[in-house]
Amino acid sequence: MSGDQIHIVTSDNISPGRRRLGTALIWGSAALMLAIFVAQWTQQRGWHDFGFATWRPTLYAYCFWAVCLCLAQILREGEKGKRTLFVLPAALFVVSLTVFPLLFGLVIALSDWNLSSPDGRKFNGVANIVQMWHDPFFWNALGNMVWYVLAIAVEYAIAFGLALILAGQIRARKFFRIAFLLPLMLSPVAVSWMIGKSILENRFGPLARLARNLGWSDPSFFGSPWMAKTTIMVLDAWTYIPFMMIMLLAGLQAIPKDLTEASRVDGATGWKSFWEITFPLMLPVSITAIMIRIIFKLKLADIVINITAGGPGGATDTVTSFIFREYRERSNVGYGTLLAMVYLVVIVILMTVLMKVSARWTKPRL
Amino acid sequence: MTTQIFHDSDADRSHQMKWWVSRTAIYAVLILWAFLCLFPIYWTATTSFKLAADVMKGAMVPWVDYTPAWKGWESLGLSPATIGQESTVRAEFLKRFWNSAAVALSASALAVALGSLAAYGLTRFSYRFLWLKNDDILFFFLSQLILPPVVLALPFLVLYKELALLDTRIGLILLYTLTVLPIVIWIMKDQFSTIPTELEEAALVDGLSIWGAFLTIILPIALPGMVAAFILSLVLTWNEYFFAALLTSTHANTIPVMVASQTGSQGISWWSMAALSFAAILPLIVIGIGLERYIIKGMAAGAVK
Repeated sequence: MSGDQIHIVTSDNISPGRRRLGTALIWGSAALMLAIFVAQWTQQRGWHDFGFATWRPTLYAYCFWAVCLCLAQILREGEKGKRTLFVLPAALFVVSLTVFPLLFGLVIALSDWNLSSPDGRKFNGVANIVQMWHDPFFWNALGNMVWYVLAIAVEYAIAFGLALILAGQIRARKFFRIAFLLPLMLSPVAVSWMIGKSILENRFGPLARLARNLGWSDPSFFGSPWMAKTTIMVLDAWTYIPFMMIMLLAGLQAIPKDLTEASRVDGATGWKSFWEITFPLMLPVSITAIMIRIIFKLKLADIVINITAGGPGGATDTVTSFIFREYRERSNVGYGTLLAMVYLVVIVILMTVLMKVSARWTKPRL
Repeated sequence: MTTQIFHDSDADRSHQMKWWVSRTAIYAVLILWAFLCLFPIYWTATTSFKLAADVMKGAMVPWVDYTPAWKGWESLGLSPATIGQESTVRAEFLKRFWNSAAVALSASALAVALGSLAAYGLTRFSYRFLWLKNDDILFFFLSQLILPPVVLALPFLVLYKELALLDTRIGLILLYTLTVLPIVIWIMKDQFSTIPTELEEAALVDGLSIWGAFLTIILPIALPGMVAAFILSLVLTWNEYFFAALLTSTHANTIPVMVASQTGSQGISWWSMAALSFAAILPLIVIGIGLERYIIKGMAAGAVK
C-alpha cells in the first residue's frame, strides 16, 4: 500500500495574511449560507416573507460555500491544500448527498407523513416502528430476501462452471465472451418485458409453448407462489451471472500457470486438481464476487415491480419493491422511509458480519 | 493395400475417447448458454416485425414462418413509411431517449472526474482528517455501495420537491453520480496503483506541480481504466429504473420509465412493445459488442489483488 505513495517535503511560506484570507473565505461563505438559510426558515415559519419560491437559494449558497472551502485549502495550506483538493470534492459530494438525506430520512421515518393528505408532516415517535412490527407484508418481503440471497449459491456454481470453460482451451472465445456478457448490459425493465411478459407469457410465449409440447398442460410461470419466486430468481440470475462469471474468469486467469502444471506433474487430475488447487486459490476472488453480488441482490426491485408487482400474494416481493408500492399506492412517505431505514440497518449488520466471517476464512490456515 | 502397422493402445484410445466426450460436452454447454443469452434478444428483435397473427401462431423465424412487417416500428414512428412524417410517438420516444442519454453520459462523466481525482489522491498521498486515515476514507466511499436506493429515494423525493429539482435532469444526474461513484473509485484505485510512482517523481523533479504531473503524465496512462469505469457507469445509469420512476414524471423521464409505463397498460400490442424494448437495449448491445474489452477490464478490477 505505502509503496504506491509519493512522499513530498515542501516548504511553503504562507504569509499570515494569506492564511487569514482563506479562513475568512470559509467563514464568510458559511455565514452567508447560514443567513440565507435562516431567512428561508423564517419564511417557512411564516414570520416574514422574503419572496422565496423554493429552497434553491440555500442550495446555491451551499454550493458556493463548498467551492470556497476548496479554494481556501490552497490559500491556507499551499501544497498540502493542493493535495487535499484531490479527495475533497468527491468527499463533499458524497457527504452532502448521503449524510444530509439520511439525517433528514431519520426525521421522516419517525413521522406520520402522507404526501396525499393535506395535513403535512407530524412527528409520531415510534408509532411507525409499532406498525412495522405488526406488518406481515414487510416481514414476508424480508423473508423473501433470504431466499433470493440464498439463490446466489446456485448462480455462483453456474458462473464458476462457465468461467472454468471460458478459461480453458476453446475456439471462438471472443464470441462466447460477448454472448455471455450481453444479459448484463440489458436494462432490467426491458428484460422484464422481453422475458417476463413475452417469452414466459402463458398463451403465446415460446417457453409456454415448449412446456405445453413437453406435456405441462397449463404452463404458468407466475401462478403459484413458489413458481413465481423461482422464475424471478432465474430471471435475476440470467442478468447477473455474467457479472460473477467475469470476476471469476479474471481470477482464474491470474492463477500462475506453473501451479496448475506442477499439480498435473504430481498426478492430480480433473476434480482433484480443481478442489485442491484451483478452488482454494480462487477463494478470495469468490468471496469478493459473492459479496458484491449479495449487495446487488439486496437492491433487487426492477424486475419484481415490472413483472409481478410483488404477487401472487406477496410471494415475489422484495423489500425495495414493497416500499416502492407503499409510496406509489399510498403516498406513505413516513412509514416507507422507516422501513427503508430498518432495511439499511439490517444490511449493514449483515454485511459487517459477512465481512468479518469471510476475513477469517480467507486468512491462511497454519 | 497397406495395412496399418502401428495401433493405438487401448489406454490411448480410451483417452482419446474421453477427450472427445469432454470436448463435446464443453461445446454443448457453451452453445446452450450462448443460446440462453441470445434468444431473448433475438426474440425481441423478431417480434418487433410480427403481426398479431404471427404472434398467436408462435412464429419464430422471419421469412420462413412469417413475413416481417414494419407494424411495431410504425407504432413508434420509426418505420420507413412513417419516418418522414410528423409523429407524436416518435417525438415522445426521442425525448425519452435524449433524456436517458444526457443523464447517463453526464452522470458517468461527473462520476469518473470526481472518482478519478479521489482515487488518485487516496493512492498517492496520505491524508488525515480528524481520526480518518486513507483506508477509512476509502472505506467510506466504497461503503456507499451497500446503501440500497430505497433508503435515499424517499428523502430525496421530499428534498427535491423543496428544491424544485423533482422531474429535472440535474436531479437525476446528481443521484446517478452518487450511485456509480463507489464503483468508479474502486476501478480507478486499482488502475492508479499499477502506475509506478517514479513517473511522478521524475515529473516533479522536472518542475511540474503535483496537479500538472497528474494531468499531463498520469491521466493519459490511466485512460483505459477511466474508459472502463465510464462504460460501466454508462451501463448502470442507462438502465437505472428505480430513481427515475420515483423522481420524474413528465419532463425528465428516461427510457426505462417509458418502457415500464407501457408494460403496465393493458392490451398493449406485442409488436410495439418489442420495438420499444429493442430500441431501449440496442445502444447497450452495440456498446457491449464494441467495447466488451473495457467492460470486462472494469469488472475484473479488484478481483485480482
